[in-house]
Amino acid sequence: MYDFTPIIESISGYFTSTFSPLWAGVLLMVLLGIAILGFYAILGLYLVYAERKICARMQNRIGPNRVGPMGLFQTIADLIKLLMKELIYIRNADSILFNIAPFIVIVASIMAIGSIPFAKGLQAIDLNIGVLYILAISSMGVIGVLIAGWASNSKYSVIGAMRSGAQVISYELSVGLALLCMITFSGSMQLSEIISSQEDGWWIFKGHIPALIAFVIYQIAGTAETNRGPFDLAEAESELTAGFHTEYSGIKFAFFFLAEYMNMFIIAAIATTVFLGGWLPFHIYNFSVFNNLMDLIPPIFWFFGKTAFVIYVMMWFKWTFPRLRIDQLLALEWKYLLPINLINLILTSFLTLMQWHF
Amino acid sequence: MEDTVVDIDLKEKEEYIINMGPQHPSTHGVLRFETCLQGETVKYLIPHCGYIHRGIEKMSESLTYPQLIHLTDRMDYLSAHINNEAVSLCVEKAMGVEVSDRVKYIRTILAELTRIASHQLWWSAFGMDLGALTTFFYGLRDREKILDIFEESTGARLLQSFITPGGLMYDVHPNFQKRVTEFVKYFRKKLPEYDQLLTGNIIFRERTQGIGYMSLEDAIDFGVTGPSGRGSGFHCDIRKIEPYSAYPLVKFDEITFDVGDTYHRYLVRMKEMWQSLSIIEQLIDGIPQGPIMLELKAIKAPKGEYYQRVETARGELGVFIVSDGAPSPARIHYRTPNFSNLFIINKISAGHKIADLVAISGSLDLVIPDIDR
Amino acid sequence: MALLKTIKEVGNYFLEIYDGLASLARGMKVTGKYFIKPSEIVTQQYPENRATLQMFDAFKGELILKHTEDNEHFCDACNSCARACPNGSIEIVSKREVGEDGKSKRLLDKYIYRLDTCTFCGLCVPACDQNAIAFSQEFEHAVFDRTKLIKQLNKPGSHVVQKQKTEAK
Repeated sequence: MYDFTPIIESISGYFTSTFSPLWAGVLLMVLLGIAILGFYAILGLYLVYAERKICARMQNRIGPNRVGPMGLFQTIADLIKLLMKELIYIRNADSILFNIAPFIVIVASIMAIGSIPFAKGLQAIDLNIGVLYILAISSMGVIGVLIAGWASNSKYSVIGAMRSGAQVISYELSVGLALLCMITFSGSMQLSEIISSQEDGWWIFKGHIPALIAFVIYQIAGTAETNRGPFDLAEAESELTAGFHTEYSGIKFAFFFLAEYMNMFIIAAIATTVFLGGWLPFHIYNFSVFNNLMDLIPPIFWFFGKTAFVIYVMMWFKWTFPRLRIDQLLALEWKYLLPINLINLILTSFLTLMQWHF
Repeated sequence: MEDTVVDIDLKEKEEYIINMGPQHPSTHGVLRFETCLQGETVKYLIPHCGYIHRGIEKMSESLTYPQLIHLTDRMDYLSAHINNEAVSLCVEKAMGVEVSDRVKYIRTILAELTRIASHQLWWSAFGMDLGALTTFFYGLRDREKILDIFEESTGARLLQSFITPGGLMYDVHPNFQKRVTEFVKYFRKKLPEYDQLLTGNIIFRERTQGIGYMSLEDAIDFGVTGPSGRGSGFHCDIRKIEPYSAYPLVKFDEITFDVGDTYHRYLVRMKEMWQSLSIIEQLIDGIPQGPIMLELKAIKAPKGEYYQRVETARGELGVFIVSDGAPSPARIHYRTPNFSNLFIINKISAGHKIADLVAISGSLDLVIPDIDR
Repeated sequence: MALLKTIKEVGNYFLEIYDGLASLARGMKVTGKYFIKPSEIVTQQYPENRATLQMFDAFKGELILKHTEDNEHFCDACNSCARACPNGSIEIVSKREVGEDGKSKRLLDKYIYRLDTCTFCGLCVPACDQNAIAFSQEFEHAVFDRTKLIKQLNKPGSHVVQKQKTEAK
């Protein structure tokens, strides 16, 4: 429970010893793929359920509570309904691109999950350019959105897709720069090394002011990256245009919907890893009694607990604030977030040079 | 606008016409906006009304005065009591009778409660249109308390037909005073939360300040009354100009601003809720005893023409009755506030973006059945 | 001079940011407060709470003809309620019968009430001199067949109460 390394080693050891290296590799990858897909699907379903329950509590009501005990099977019922819907074929749409678009979005987010450290030893790929890899993969998701809007062959879908594309590309800058500050502090892009550099305290505490600023910027930019919260005009502007996924029905729409929630999870997971110490428990400096108590809770609970907190803050944003208009959104990024990010970066570099962080 | 019969000439490139059609999540009723857009900017806008015309004025010609009250509920359904009061006052003015003090006090308290309920629903829908979905639930949660007060005394939550020519239909429930006092105390605590959630919010301010500017001359020319007109500085509160019922006995402020943009129309309504609470507080403890209904032999207006205006939650409602001595009116006409408020939307939204159109039409607070009757 | 202006502008920039963030935090406080207070939940679990659900006495649900335990009603077919109704939702079918004293009396045959056109304006109830009709608090009117909404309010086998006329209201 506390260290998954021996389990992983034994499984891969079994495969490499019974099969030839080629087949061992293939079978391990298939096993990994199935595990990640299963995790992805179930987590996606329950994130939707969690959002409905949380927003209901904020609105003085109870969320779904009839389908299953406490409404736990509500999203499964919704999924079955979506699966049974008719897949509408648009006559003049580019059918290859139209069908590929949801897959691109899903594949991008599944690939990003592969590199997140869930617990000690429980990480699919530990690249030495971990953070760069994740940023690159989430950029691939934009291609899916743009293709979806273009291939729908509808004026409004194209407008919605262009807006959403502009938004995501702008806010990727802020996300990247905020993460760059933390990489400057920890000195490495490899996710497991970032975690091990936080063993004496989480970066949000160690890196006092610049880390806090970077966290706030990352939270805002992350919400905008995933088209959520007060930045959701691309899909909720159902005044006239219903966004890039208007023409999609049934399971294809479910893919876009699921990918949005899982992107939210990925942004939260990266925030947890880089700012909040990943799967490390909460230690107060030398208070060994407290530290030993905190060590009793397995790391995987720490990881999911912290991610849940960040996701909760993102949901809190969505249900409290009105929407921003597209020009205000872009103004926020280019006139406010980017300059502050650059100043923060200079501050971080200065602090790292002078070793003025904890 | 030169030509309202649709003869649109798309002069420049990249102009296209779309309908924010009669079935729409943000027009709150069946109204069609034919919008001419260039890119994302609105060039002009033609509203088409009439989808819910039911012939209320014609139907009223075959009904007696007490019977036509229930049709007035259904015009501006969010100010149902005030609509009833308008027709009742007009008929009483025609017959030359005056109701008892008890009736006047209760009518005014019900009218102010209706005004608060209407503004609560407006606030909920306005926040929801702009994307803050929780405001919908908070406004409606507080409005339920007012609807409970109505239901206990009048029997219905929305369309009450309670105020009739000569007085009221029944006496209010003995719990009325207690419930209203409790509600006033409760709502005074909740209103600051509305401000914290939406009014001061920077995103909200950015979306509404400087949008939809309506000048004072335009407001007077188009006849925009009510909170929408008062946001531009038009002093049009009928409760101050021609007080009726118990309004001469209460002290309250008429809220006007000089700025005329969406944010100030919003502020007028928020501050009006405070004023209504203070009016109710001044009246609720001193309701005199007295008869509920006048002893009238027959409700017939003598021959002639009569006009009465009241201040509904949306503006000035005028009732014009032409009578020839029969128990039914020969012609009854309503000057409804929403009809005049609607047609200024072309002038104030030209040059703004689509997203602003939703904010502007939300701030004008239109109830469509009032436009079409 | 220009330096002072730039400093002021930069100061304003940061002040704007602080102001904006503070207003956002205030809004989040309101929703956060309701999140942690489950006692503020205002919704009722409808079909499950039918046993305890009670409408107000004045609630205008559906028109009924009052009956006593001996299956007697109070209506004397005077047609006042049908005349008061603005859209003809009440129709009274009366019959003439010769009583013991040889005089022919008007009795109620069928009291037809159309729930599908009734607007619940409440003009019929005060119009009745005998206090014979009233509004019940029943609000679940949904049916699958529209003809079920045209109801006959006097129960089968009931007759008008045989006593002196009640006081006019």
